[in-house]
Amino acid sequence: MIRVVLPAHLRALAKINGEVRLAVDQPVTQRAVLDALEAQYPVLTGKMRDHVTQQRRPFVRFYACEEDLSHESPDEPLPDPVASGAEPFMIIGAMAGG
Amino acid sequence: MSGVRVLVGTRKGAFVLTSDGSRTQWDVSGPHFPGWEVYHVTGSPVEKNRLYAAPSGGWFGQVIQRSDDGGLTWEPQGSKFVYEGEVGQHQWYDGTPRPWDFTRVWHLEPSLTDPDTVYAGVEDAALFRSVDGAQTWHELPGLRQHSTSAAWAPGAGGMCLHTIILDPSDPARMYAGISAAGAFRSDDAGTSWRPINRGLKSEGIPVQEAEVGHCVHHITMHSARPNVLFMQKHWDVMRSDDAGESWHEISGNLPTDFGFPIAINANEPDTIYVVPITSDSHHFVMDGKLRVYRSRTGGNEWEALTTGLPQQHCYVNVLRDAMAVASLDDCGIYFGTSGGQVYASSDSGETWDAIVRDLPAVLSVEVQTLP
Repeated sequence: MIRVVLPAHLRALAKINGEVRLAVDQPVTQRAVLDALEAQYPVLTGKMRDHVTQQRRPFVRFYACEEDLSHESPDEPLPDPVASGAEPFMIIGAMAGG
Repeated sequence: MSGVRVLVGTRKGAFVLTSDGSRTQWDVSGPHFPGWEVYHVTGSPVEKNRLYAAPSGGWFGQVIQRSDDGGLTWEPQGSKFVYEGEVGQHQWYDGTPRPWDFTRVWHLEPSLTDPDTVYAGVEDAALFRSVDGAQTWHELPGLRQHSTSAAWAPGAGGMCLHTIILDPSDPARMYAGISAAGAFRSDDAGTSWRPINRGLKSEGIPVQEAEVGHCVHHITMHSARPNVLFMQKHWDVMRSDDAGESWHEISGNLPTDFGFPIAINANEPDTIYVVPITSDSHHFVMDGKLRVYRSRTGGNEWEALTTGLPQQHCYVNVLRDAMAVASLDDCGIYFGTSGGQVYASSDSGETWDAIVRDLPAVLSVEVQTLP
């Protein structure tokens, strides 16, 4: 199972406590994780990436294994520890005050 | 009348203020959607417990929330706002073309007859409608695709469609206000639109009496007299007696005619209220005094209403959707400030009290009278 950590606003919106665990087919990519997340929690659709273009929203970042994966291709396989469930895929609201 | 419910949108969430008919004790619930910017919360005039809210934010975009129990519980609805057809371009602040880009919902206007139908005015300016209780949204593209739209430009807050008025006497007629494009009217239920800005004069655009380009801040109508419209423009308070075909200035003796909200007394269609602020570059009330101005003559002759409002060291603003009236025997008037106060008057503005003083900056205020 893939582990996903969401920011507080999105946890509240989707009524989630703690990490999300998702079944994701191989290869495990950003796109596959986000597709599975939105399928399980439709209210999150459009909150991390644009409804139409699927581009990552500007103030959303993706981290895993102490790396910033925000600018990686959405179809690039995620690190093995994420694919194995050893490490979470972290969706972050950029630090921008407020 | 057994109660009043005041719906408050703020920079950091929504609040629901309720009282019985005496309006002396208030229950404050919230923040709902804490941390989200709530540009508008409003209720269906058909089903009073059906509420719609529009939280948004720069991080995670738009959410639409709906309550079917008067704000006790909320459920997120659809938030997919996609422009129909060719997106097109409008002017940016510097006059260069820029593609339409959805940013947020500014205003929600529930149908006068169907609790599941609600309109949304959005930035970049466009009109959307839902007929399924906000689950899905579809643009009425005739407004955005008007032949003048390439010349529309954003106001300081963005290029927002902030005012939607539904004519209670004619289901096909509706109005929209856009900053900085102007006022528009549809006579076919939103399919086609035309600018209704004759009589408006605006500095800051190449042709001061242009067909479009005016920074309309808010428009209001009294249900008993739908052909009469009142407008607070960037500068100037305006009136139309012919459903927007022409406008004339009614600023009269106001100390400044720059402001955002304008409201009509629920029981007196010629009694109107504005909250003037200092200027376009000083978005706070003049001289440190919070004064609501009232005209009982449909404009031109204004009096300051100050009892209960701070008259020194006050530098707040009242935004365009942050003033509302309730249809009681003595008209109730409510407004919220950029300082987080929500003031109420239960005597047509003669006296005011703060219901709450320390909310986040208030973006919108609506009021419902409850049976």
